[in-house]
Amino acid sequence: MSGWGAVLAAQDVVQTLGGGSQPDAVEARQMQALSLAVHIPIVCFGIAFPAMFLFVEGLYLRTGDETYKALAKRWSKVALVIFAVGVVTGTILSFEFGLLWPEFMASFGEVFGVAFGLEGISFFTEAIFIAIYVYGWGRLSKKVHFLTGIPVVIAGFTGSFTVLAVNAWMNDPEGFDVVAGKVTNPRPFDAMFNDHIWHEIVHMYLAGYIVCGFVVAGVYARAWLKGRRDRYHRTALVVALSFAALASPVQVIVGDWAARQVAETQPLKLAAFEGLTETRKKAPFTLGGYYSEKEGKVKYGIEIPWLLSVLAHHDPNATITGLDSVKASDRPPINIVRIAFQTMIAIGTGLALLGALFFVTWLRKKRLPKSRLFYLAVMLAGPASFVALISGWITTEVGRQPWIVYKVMRTEQAVTQADGLEIGYIFLVLVYVALAGGVWWLLRRLASTPPQKEVAH
Amino acid sequence: MAEICLAYVILGVTAYAIFGGADFGAGFWDLTAGTARGGGRVRGMIQRSMAPVWEANHVWLIFLFVIVWTAFPVAFGSIFSTLSIPLFLAAIGIIFRGAAFVFRGQAATMREAKVLGAMFALSSVLIPYFFGAAAGGIASGRVKVGNAAGDMIDSWVNPTSALIGVLAVVTGANVAAVYLAGDSERAEQPDLVEAFRRRALGSGLLAGLVAIGGLFVVRSDARDLFDGLTSGTGLIMVIVSAVGGAATLALVLTRRFNLARVTSGVAVAAICVGWVFAQDPYFLPGELTLEQAAASDATLTALTVVVALGMIILIPSLYYLYRLVLKGQLDQEFEPLDQRFRPLEAGGSPPPKAGH
Repeated sequence: MSGWGAVLAAQDVVQTLGGGSQPDAVEARQMQALSLAVHIPIVCFGIAFPAMFLFVEGLYLRTGDETYKALAKRWSKVALVIFAVGVVTGTILSFEFGLLWPEFMASFGEVFGVAFGLEGISFFTEAIFIAIYVYGWGRLSKKVHFLTGIPVVIAGFTGSFTVLAVNAWMNDPEGFDVVAGKVTNPRPFDAMFNDHIWHEIVHMYLAGYIVCGFVVAGVYARAWLKGRRDRYHRTALVVALSFAALASPVQVIVGDWAARQVAETQPLKLAAFEGLTETRKKAPFTLGGYYSEKEGKVKYGIEIPWLLSVLAHHDPNATITGLDSVKASDRPPINIVRIAFQTMIAIGTGLALLGALFFVTWLRKKRLPKSRLFYLAVMLAGPASFVALISGWITTEVGRQPWIVYKVMRTEQAVTQADGLEIGYIFLVLVYVALAGGVWWLLRRLASTPPQKEVAH
Repeated sequence: MAEICLAYVILGVTAYAIFGGADFGAGFWDLTAGTARGGGRVRGMIQRSMAPVWEANHVWLIFLFVIVWTAFPVAFGSIFSTLSIPLFLAAIGIIFRGAAFVFRGQAATMREAKVLGAMFALSSVLIPYFFGAAAGGIASGRVKVGNAAGDMIDSWVNPTSALIGVLAVVTGANVAAVYLAGDSERAEQPDLVEAFRRRALGSGLLAGLVAIGGLFVVRSDARDLFDGLTSGTGLIMVIVSAVGGAATLALVLTRRFNLARVTSGVAVAAICVGWVFAQDPYFLPGELTLEQAAASDATLTALTVVVALGMIILIPSLYYLYRLVLKGQLDQEFEPLDQRFRPLEAGGSPPPKAGH
């Protein structure tokens, strides 16, 4: 081992369970990534949808207009179905922590676990009150019913905060010491409130509103183009679009904050975003192209001088750390990270513009845009925001590699020694395909019921 | 501190065994309800009873996981790597159970409801079996400390695992039948009250027989566990469980379902608590004592405080949910599951018909 700064401590962490490293951690990573990719979009609905239907119910309470009630009730029913799917996909994640990463859990469970304790409580609260809310329509007094929705919104926030706190900690581990290869002196609250959590929570929280808002708006934009332009559909479209359009321009600013934080604590990840090989000042930002390992640079990209230095440190003369500051085995896979990063940026910019367009029209002309193209764009924005979301997660999580706990434990040290991962992997893929088919079928079924039925009592 | 966190573990195991177990038990009765038409009423009642509560009941499992991986991380890693097969199968079962149950609620044709119902019901039987088998592997000392250090197969394919797996299925079915009999009474469906009462009596007797026979299995397969269950606090808990089971039978026989809800829960809780006392001082029998398994004090303290504060929110919330449920305020209209898919018979509602 070379004398090589902070990373030295890393190699010293002995696996608590004494398993030895497992070179084919790739399957475990892919299973985990697949499960997260299934669960994270559902989380977006958990974050944003309750606030949306509660907002609409608030309109109903103020105006007494049954259209609002029908919409809030319909949305809450959809939210319950999505929540149920989130319950099972989230459960899979907690199984996978143990099934795939027993060394990680055994070594660090006592450091980050308390955050999950809070998550468990949030999840519990959410499960209790979403059931009361959805099954309580018409059964509880109007005011009590509205109030039972509030814990759902709060728990959606605290639940995602605590899970993100653990993810942020994996990227910026603190709150423990390593002594002779053993993790000691855990300080759970230092771990929870690490430097990465703040931008991660805001970034993800806004992403929740963007994804949920645009996906829901996309459904009604399609209805709009098909000529269903009654009050019900119009309200649904405007509310969903408003949430998404408020969040998407702000996300640009938060993204800038996130990038600067990464530049500070994970310079290598930033270098991977950009395929920057050599440490330098006035670092350029390269649009498109791909990174050639052999030549150590991005080919066929459009280079914008100084921009990376400006973005990362708001200073064209700032020095950006390059990939060659560490040996090749300590670098993340450049192309995956870079392409994911650029995809997120591109889509995010598009969504921000679409949101701004909606707002300008709405505020200045007090109506929805008339162009057919706008509605097609909104329909596209749903799936696009989904792609941006997953790209963002690939950026940060693949960008963290080869570490599971940044510069402390390698991913291949964390993985299970149990055989048969590939069988489990195949099984899991089939199950998720079936689940996706089921959800699609169910949401179409729900959408085909006329909204009038929601208030027919 | 380790003791308090162990108490949280017991709470998680017990609550999941009772409430989660009852939901799985409902799935068992769904599976065995017979033809679409004959079992339609039983299935309708199950759908109606489970819908508002199964998600909250399920969260006890997550609660349990979180406590174990935070307070007893080495044990968590060892258990999940050695018992990865039954736990993976249980996890897959959980996807099918939850999703199929929710999807069935929206089914539009009998065919759809049948396929989804079969998926829901079958996984409801398999999940408690695999969890029980995993628990049997732990209790009989087959989980070794290390990354997949125990035998991948023998750790869950063994007499104790088979016993606890079967016991988990049967006791869940029993608790479910008691609850459903009570729910049917509230829904004023006398034929269903009878149907579930018979099921409660049958499954209660069976659970008792399996438990008694099981003592012999444990005696030959896991002697330490047997000794723990037949002495000291372990023995007291076994007796409490037996009394709870007997009382449940008597109460169901005399149609006092609301009290029977409590005693059937006590019977399950006592056996969970008894298990923990039986393997004292071990967390992983023969391998890791509670003291060795416990995380650092700072973590245990933080977890204790966080969960205690959480309980201040959770207990009133759960109380509110169950009170609304038991007062019938979240009840949906009762509807036999098969009836949704056919026009009502002439003359309005169909004649009441027993489940078989």
